[in-house]
Amino acid sequence: MELMSNLADGFVVALTWQNLALALMGCFLGTIMGALPGLGPSNGVAILIPLAFTLGLGATPSLILLTSVYYGAMYGGRISSILLNIPGDEPAMMTCLDGYPMAQQGRAGEALALSGIASFVGAFFATCGLVLLAPQLVKVALLFGPAEYFALFALAFATLGGISATNQAKSAFAAALGLGLAMIGVDTQTGVPRFTFGEVHLYDGIDFLVAIVGLFALSEVFIFLEHRGTDRDISNKPRMEIGRIIPSWALIRSCIPTMGRTTVLGFIAGVLPGAGASLGSFISYSMEKRLVDKDGTFGKGDPRGVAAPETGNNAAAGGALVPMLALGVPGSGTTAVLLAVLLSLNITPGPLLFTQNPDVVWGLIAALFIGNFMLLAMNIPMVGLFTRVLLVPPRILMPVVAMISFVGIYGISGSSFDLMVMVGFGVMGWILRKLDVPLVPVILGTLLGNEMEVNFRRAVNIADGDYSVLVSSPLTILLWTIAVIGFVLPILVGGLIRRRMRMARDAEGGLSD
Amino acid sequence: MSDRIFGGIGMILAIIFAWQASIIQESFLSDAVGPKTFPYLIAAIMALASAYFLVKPDPEPDWPRAGRLAEIAFAALVMLAYAQALPELGFLIATALAAGYLTWRLGSSPVQSVLIGVGTSAGIYVIFRLLLGLSLARGPFGF
Repeated sequence: MELMSNLADGFVVALTWQNLALALMGCFLGTIMGALPGLGPSNGVAILIPLAFTLGLGATPSLILLTSVYYGAMYGGRISSILLNIPGDEPAMMTCLDGYPMAQQGRAGEALALSGIASFVGAFFATCGLVLLAPQLVKVALLFGPAEYFALFALAFATLGGISATNQAKSAFAAALGLGLAMIGVDTQTGVPRFTFGEVHLYDGIDFLVAIVGLFALSEVFIFLEHRGTDRDISNKPRMEIGRIIPSWALIRSCIPTMGRTTVLGFIAGVLPGAGASLGSFISYSMEKRLVDKDGTFGKGDPRGVAAPETGNNAAAGGALVPMLALGVPGSGTTAVLLAVLLSLNITPGPLLFTQNPDVVWGLIAALFIGNFMLLAMNIPMVGLFTRVLLVPPRILMPVVAMISFVGIYGISGSSFDLMVMVGFGVMGWILRKLDVPLVPVILGTLLGNEMEVNFRRAVNIADGDYSVLVSSPLTILLWTIAVIGFVLPILVGGLIRRRMRMARDAEGGLSD
Repeated sequence: MSDRIFGGIGMILAIIFAWQASIIQESFLSDAVGPKTFPYLIAAIMALASAYFLVKPDPEPDWPRAGRLAEIAFAALVMLAYAQALPELGFLIATALAAGYLTWRLGSSPVQSVLIGVGTSAGIYVIFRLLLGLSLARGPFGF
């Protein structure tokens, strides 16, 4: 019953006018950002962190705002998948497969409404799962010492690329790059400057917000500049008629078993390290296709093919919050950005968060529940409004995104130097993306680098300089084993899974790419 | 080929990183590990990964043509100039110029670009400065 009282306390925190307004605003902005191609959940949250920060919002309100954006973006990603056959963000890729054919048959409204309901089911039950699972994980995490934490961080990096990673060497390089960037500045333990080249601006280290906004938001602007006027330009796609927006009860009922199964599957994919929402929606779709696609209607506008990936990806989004809150180790790109939110608010996630700042945790969880209902309410009747947002051409949108990024970073530090570093990160992000080097490990490296080193040094220092302490306890051995398997497995089977994902897309996606 | 060049750059980066780590001034009050060990570890991983790119490069990415490349480089330069100009010109003017340039390069006509640039700048100013009270750069005219 402790759980219930905690949750009730959380609702007390979340149900203030300010927090409700922030949740509403977050859901609205998030849905828009998810819907716009090129502005995924990571970008959206990244741009808004410095703003929430400079507006002087407290920890809980900022967190409520930004996680609402996160959930909202997960809802919103489907809109452009269905209407334009362009995923608004990566996890919404699978929704194109059946969503767009439905729209072509004039059933766009139904597809949008159904996917809204599916998103709600996935996100709602995943949040329930978060409530149940996170406190259990905290109990395990309390057994962790510095050596275990070091191993855990290593595990996070090793599995971040996910099972479908293209090139593990590139993930490793990206992680090393991020960790290296984190080393810049004064060493926290001995007070000596490192890698500063005598530049005073670098003594505090590189602000990870500068890195995140540069790598995600500005590099996106460069991508748009690169693709302007080519066939990947979205401004010349045909308009879609929305049609009726209330799906019939029979339609919803036919999808209930699908939604039930994929919620569980998506949630598990979200909790596990290295899977995340994209994989959550992919395996949900594939499993449903195998189970219920008797007449071969999947890929031709089957409603269940819309419900499955949407439930899966939203359930995974909720599941991904479990390791982030309970262990302080994010399993996906967007949760890495949410970790940046916590760190910039001086909150250290992990087991202690639940005992020291219960108001933050439970307030956040309550806000997620409330946000879910808001999103459902917003997404069914107001879906027409969001589709209109898609008509804003990127040539107007992208400069606005760039300028707001500058405003946010300048608001924090007021220094031109940080802005120039951010532009540098933008260019670097573009080059790394061209070379297929994942950006998320870079971010995670800059975020966790110092913490990882502190744990490394603390563990060895406690053992009086004996490095074997890093692999001495059974728990560290277990964590290292998972890390190694997680790193090696994609090399062995990654190619296969990638081929399947591509085949599914080529065979049924058709138009885009 | 791109991956090989990338591997070469990565390798140089790793060596510079290790070299910079080796010249960190250690304080007399150091712990058993010291401030150098972890950076060495990072440099080693970076070097290993770079060596892999050199040996087994991925297929070539489709780089944009030289014109587009210049486009991106120039946009980056404009952004750098914007960062410099922000405290000098103030938010409104600098932002209108930068946003106008970007939207022009993204395909707006010149007249539209001016309007969009000014509109973006004014819109952000109204929302963030006047409504939300964020401090934006002040130029010689106070805005």
